[in-house]
Amino acid sequence: MRYLPLTDTDRSAMLNVIGVQSIDDLFMDVPVEAQLATKIDGLPDHASELAVERHMGKLARKNMVAGDVPFFLGAGAYRHHVPASVDHLIQRGEFLTAYTPYQPEIAQGTLQVLFEFQTQVARLFGCDVANASMYDGSTACWEAIGMARRITRRGKALLSSGLHPHYVSVARTMARFTGDQLVYTTPRVDAEPDIQTLIDAIDGDTSCVVVQYPDILGRIGDLSALAAKAHAAGALLIAVVTEPVALGAITPPGDMGADIVVGEGQSIGVGLQFGGPYLGLFACKQKYVRQMPGRLCGETVDAEGKRGFVLTLSTREQHIRREKATSNICTNSGLCALAFSIHMTLLGERGLTDLAALNHARAVQAAEALEAVPGVRLLNSSFFNEFTILLDQDAREVARALADRDILGGVSLGRLFPDAAELSGGLVVAVTETTTEDDIAALCGGLKEVLA
Amino acid sequence: MTMLKEGRPTRPVALAQDKATANPTITGNKALMLEEALIFEIGSHETTGVDIAPAPQVKSRLGGLERRKPIALPGLSEPETVRHYTRLSRQNYGIDLGFFPLGSCTMKHNPRLNEKMARLPGFADIHPLQPQSTVQGALAVIHELAEWLVTLTGMHSVAMSPKAGAHGELCGLLAIRAALEARGDARSVVLVPESAHGTNPATAAFCGYAVEDIPATPEGRVDLAALKARLGPDVAAVMITNPNTCGLFERDLRTISEAVHAAGGFVYCDGANFNAIVGRVRPGDLGVDAMHINLHKTFSTPHGGGGPGSGPVVFSEALSPYAPLPFVEKTADGHVLIEEETAGEHHAGSFGRMVAFHGQMGMFTRALTYIMSHGADGLRQVSEDAVLNANYILRSLEDVLDAPFAASGPCMHEALFSDKGMAEGFTTLDIAKGLIDEGFHPMTVYFPLVVHGAMLVEPTETEGKAALDQFIVALRSVAQRANAGDAALKGAPYFAPRRRLDETLAARKPVLVWTEPEAVAEAAE
Repeated sequence: MRYLPLTDTDRSAMLNVIGVQSIDDLFMDVPVEAQLATKIDGLPDHASELAVERHMGKLARKNMVAGDVPFFLGAGAYRHHVPASVDHLIQRGEFLTAYTPYQPEIAQGTLQVLFEFQTQVARLFGCDVANASMYDGSTACWEAIGMARRITRRGKALLSSGLHPHYVSVARTMARFTGDQLVYTTPRVDAEPDIQTLIDAIDGDTSCVVVQYPDILGRIGDLSALAAKAHAAGALLIAVVTEPVALGAITPPGDMGADIVVGEGQSIGVGLQFGGPYLGLFACKQKYVRQMPGRLCGETVDAEGKRGFVLTLSTREQHIRREKATSNICTNSGLCALAFSIHMTLLGERGLTDLAALNHARAVQAAEALEAVPGVRLLNSSFFNEFTILLDQDAREVARALADRDILGGVSLGRLFPDAAELSGGLVVAVTETTTEDDIAALCGGLKEVLA
Repeated sequence: MTMLKEGRPTRPVALAQDKATANPTITGNKALMLEEALIFEIGSHETTGVDIAPAPQVKSRLGGLERRKPIALPGLSEPETVRHYTRLSRQNYGIDLGFFPLGSCTMKHNPRLNEKMARLPGFADIHPLQPQSTVQGALAVIHELAEWLVTLTGMHSVAMSPKAGAHGELCGLLAIRAALEARGDARSVVLVPESAHGTNPATAAFCGYAVEDIPATPEGRVDLAALKARLGPDVAAVMITNPNTCGLFERDLRTISEAVHAAGGFVYCDGANFNAIVGRVRPGDLGVDAMHINLHKTFSTPHGGGGPGSGPVVFSEALSPYAPLPFVEKTADGHVLIEEETAGEHHAGSFGRMVAFHGQMGMFTRALTYIMSHGADGLRQVSEDAVLNANYILRSLEDVLDAPFAASGPCMHEALFSDKGMAEGFTTLDIAKGLIDEGFHPMTVYFPLVVHGAMLVEPTETEGKAALDQFIVALRSVAQRANAGDAALKGAPYFAPRRRLDETLAARKPVLVWTEPEAVAEAAE
């Protein structure tokens, strides 16, 4: 058993020091009827690295790898190239095998990274401050709704129809128990996002408006008027960004008046990983910082006056405030935040701008090519690297038929909105710097065959 | 001295006899210990560490929302980036470097095979919304891990999607609430022992319950009589950690479960300490209705400086119908992911979705790799060695450190000490900082709250006897210094990258993001 250093000699010497006869004596407080006399039946015994690797390798090979085929899936998780140095650095044992920095004198590495990460996220979102991460975008979104309730003391949240339906589901699950009222309808087949509808719906009971930017169908709308209307009514604007690379090209939500900006940071540094672990981003205006959930890293000095960093404002958090905390979150996505921060440092302003421009240009090329395929219509009037095409048949079937041809062609709206029949012909297509012209040609060719 | 309410000092105290503070170098570097500036101070907005192909010329479709202002993100070239993060990493303590006995956090060795398996492209490079026929191997991983967890716990089913322990607690309480609602039973109170993790009361409040404390007995366990007396038609659930945060097994858990069930409530078990009993005790045999399992504790996935975790929740038969979406079922045709689309037929009682997509897949591959490596025999040995190591520490130090529950019997996987017996003015924090200078990560301090100046030492099973003996020598020495009132200890650590940090200053004037020095100067004028 390669992970267990104790030898039988050690064990008996230690039992001796403790003053008991056998290991069973140490379990004397466990009632006999609750103890298993032997190892659990029906499970295999320990296995060598080689044997485990064979088993896991066999399972891994049963999956269609995104990088092996023309690949166009997005809808909240995006495939970008991650520089080799990112994965190398996050595997340094001092990062990988550290804990939450509760002893700051020997955790300055993690803490400085968090301070840099918070600054990067705040700047990217156009906000004053950001926290040290949440689990993912969907849980960050719910936490923002709860934070708006605490700030405004109102319980009605307006959710844009363009919000990722999984994020809506998470909010609905929680709202059922907290008593928050959520106003939401599934999206309409419309070239523009639903900003005017939201503006018209704001009233004196509204705590917040939650709008995704770009939205689930890839559409981009100016949030300024929405922010103004929300503020005039005493409500907050929460913007949700599921593709932060977009902010290399388009105006950040904070600059348009959003009070809280949350997002999914997976597309920078983290990778697809079948949905997790991902990285919840959370930023807001300075005046709301004491209502924020999650950990915050702050600058201070040590006993010699040297600059250093600590976790701070922890009186918001569960380990101090217990039932009065702003959230129950403890473990967050520290290592994913590190990956994000390293990738963002490698990119810098210039790299992110170039990356965003390339993503957009490839997406425009793909949209133009797809529009030329008979039976395909483009929904969006605007988009960044993701758009919706409308087909005359159930896009779920089309996506499966494309997969049978080794093309991962997009996310069908039927999968995302199973109850909305009018959306069943929609396919959300994401295009990034990893997409080649050959990939685009393959998707067009595949669609021609499948739609024929 | 500024202190938090649990008595932990938050400001460093300057000391006259501080000899180690003299800084001999102009750079502030100390040989291998290198200072590192912020990326905002060393990077530039023109520098980049990636080569990106030029974008083809196209007509913009950005809807007129092109970014007009710079973001002000500094870039570094690749060599500068590698050096920046390598230097920062060296200011961190990790399990790879040494003993990390953080009680309740289970800092065990993170096998590198786990990392290798999680990075296989077949797991790392697949999208959560690919057609199910193209991710059968991934669904099989989830299903195989689920089977292990159900079998090891003796429970009925498992929800795999919760993202971490606290998220798992939320999952359990939501299922309890959904089950109560389904029988038209509105209950408003959750009982939580004083010794519980802070996440327990926070979670109960987060889903709308009033939280009431259950007292502990003098021997460090839940007060059964007080608990029974409080049970009634308003109590939805009792949240119990077992083994508890004092490192003791809750002997009466089965009796507690029966009493709670008889009163119409449910038993939530915080499984943070499952590593003490895995393979020897099944929570299902103790009447538990829901329990989260921290894959990053019991099953060795790395903590990564604060996350990510993963907190699957095992359920009793009574709660299983309410478990969240999605989950994986094995059928004759292969593995099927049950999502909203098919939930109506398969899982109508589900309380819904807790998270986008399907949970922490990257942690599932690591945990399954670890579990298979240990097998049924190895996992039993894991808990036995963890308990043996903790008792060895308890009995080797109880003569110099107060062990409040030492007379209560053997501890489980962690040993609890208090600050009783230290010289006037000396605190648990001094012990922690003294240990840092000796090259160890301190234990958990000031938790659990039921003990004054608590020190919770969890060695885990992946430490050998030699490592334990070195730690015992070091902690014995530091404890003796605190007991004797050695003033130099108040200045520790002397040899870490930083001396004690001023937490009061950080909280009073929070600086949470970097600001250009010119902007700071302007603001001050």
